Amino acid sequence: MTWLLKSPAMVGLFGVLALAGMLELAVFTEFFPSFVVPRPSDTILAFQPVQNDMDLIGNFFVTLGMTAAATGLALAIGIPFGYFLYRNPTYGQAYEGWLAAAFAAPTVLLYPLFLVVFGRSHAMLIAMGFIPGSIPIIIQTRQGLLGVSRTLINVGRSFNLSEQEMFWKIQLPAAVPTIFTGIRIGVMYTLVNIVAIEYLIDFGGLGRIVSEMYFRFDTPGTYASIITVVFVSVLFYWGFGRIEKWLRPV
Amino acid sequence: MAQTGVIQNKAVNDNSDRDQSILRIRLITVIGLIAAWEAFATLGRLEILYGDVIPSSWMIAVAVFHELTSSDFYHHLGVTFAEHIVGFVTGSLIAIALGISMGVNPLLRKSLEPYLNAIGSTPKIIFLPILFLMFGTGIESKMAKGALSAFFPVVFTTVLGMVLINPVLIKVGKSFNLSKWNMISKIYMPAMVNPVITGLRLGMAITVIGVLVAELKFADAGLGYQLGIYYEQFRIAPMYAIILIIFALAAGANVGMTMIQDKVNRHMAPTATKGKGNRAAASGNLGVVATN
Repeated sequence: MTWLLKSPAMVGLFGVLALAGMLELAVFTEFFPSFVVPRPSDTILAFQPVQNDMDLIGNFFVTLGMTAAATGLALAIGIPFGYFLYRNPTYGQAYEGWLAAAFAAPTVLLYPLFLVVFGRSHAMLIAMGFIPGSIPIIIQTRQGLLGVSRTLINVGRSFNLSEQEMFWKIQLPAAVPTIFTGIRIGVMYTLVNIVAIEYLIDFGGLGRIVSEMYFRFDTPGTYASIITVVFVSVLFYWGFGRIEKWLRPV
Repeated sequence: MAQTGVIQNKAVNDNSDRDQSILRIRLITVIGLIAAWEAFATLGRLEILYGDVIPSSWMIAVAVFHELTSSDFYHHLGVTFAEHIVGFVTGSLIAIALGISMGVNPLLRKSLEPYLNAIGSTPKIIFLPILFLMFGTGIESKMAKGALSAFFPVVFTTVLGMVLINPVLIKVGKSFNLSKWNMISKIYMPAMVNPVITGLRLGMAITVIGVLVAELKFADAGLGYQLGIYYEQFRIAPMYAIILIIFALAAGANVGMTMIQDKVNRHMAPTATKGKGNRAAASGNLGVVATN
């Protein structure tokens, strides 16, 4: 039993299982109404019907595809723009504060505007995912390039590297870990915004399923679809965290 | 001496030139954006591009004025403000209490961390159906959503603050045989004010978004609700006006919290970041993107 208390992962797991057990009992004894919180066993059993009815896996790929498209767009615009701000320090300083403010701004609230412009379409979701995704990429690209060690640049100069060679062989590789931090944050914000808008406008992939299940008053189905979204977020968070660790070994 | 003066003057001139260049770039950008906006608005009026979708900046300014002088607006602002404050205070208090508990108990911290990370990186909006089932579609569910949004950034930064406390301070407290409460009030709390305020600042911004988004989905009052109504009625200029006002309010709240943080920073000596600093990157910091 002592070893159990020394293993945080096991303590956490037992805590979750104990909580699920208590919830099962509370709903079974009608202490909690089942239309508010379903029995955990019912939620587990609801995954199959939700998959059959709403195609959870297919919709996961819809959300994934839109996140990938928005991230691709954010990379295509964010990295060159971050590089431009690095090469032109006055522009970098002029826009630095604005970018930070834009990063903290409630951009998700712009969705009615984007709905009016793009309509209820995948293009609208991609555009809404692109905005919050591109800002951290721009900021981190500039920061990463600004943070390249003078020693590395001097080494490049001593080898008489051209401007282009200096960028591809010295600056970019040295800045990759910092840029990737921006990409990780950008991807997470893109995913979050896309799922949020899907839920708000009942269109697209996983977010739409959550909304649909709620409107059907299918409580176990609602919980099952919410757990799927949590699982996808964790997958993204964990996957990108691993890559970042690999890129930044120290 | 004379040479130093020359160098200093040159540095001052360089700084002043740079400041002027920055100002010029900003001005040109703002003018360019307004010109582009007006160009789109004109194209819209001529039914060439996005008819009626982009009103002129003058129409938006008039709409902002109408909103700010209407009593309806203040009713909705009051509702949103109440939801925000109750949610923010509730979520922050729970987060600070849990953050301190996690900070003083490494086993609790390590066992809860993966679960907090998991939910912290999830779009909180998808928990709205659960909140609607539990609290109904009135203001209570928006308050709960606000609390949920505020909770994560505050708990992450509180844990970070606890983990970064200089171990020497903790040893001093223990050598004085301080009680648990005295340790919290005299050692932990003063040492972690700065990270907690950073978390509160983040939490406040995220709570604003969380509450407004919840209002957009289901509500009968609030600025988010009003925004949704304008969109449904295709009243584009008032819709932009509400968005602008919300952005201004969010920026104002952020500036206010930053000023409080600066004030606290001036009064509090910076506490050490020694000791378990490296661990913090993996735990207290959690590397989580606290989402709305």
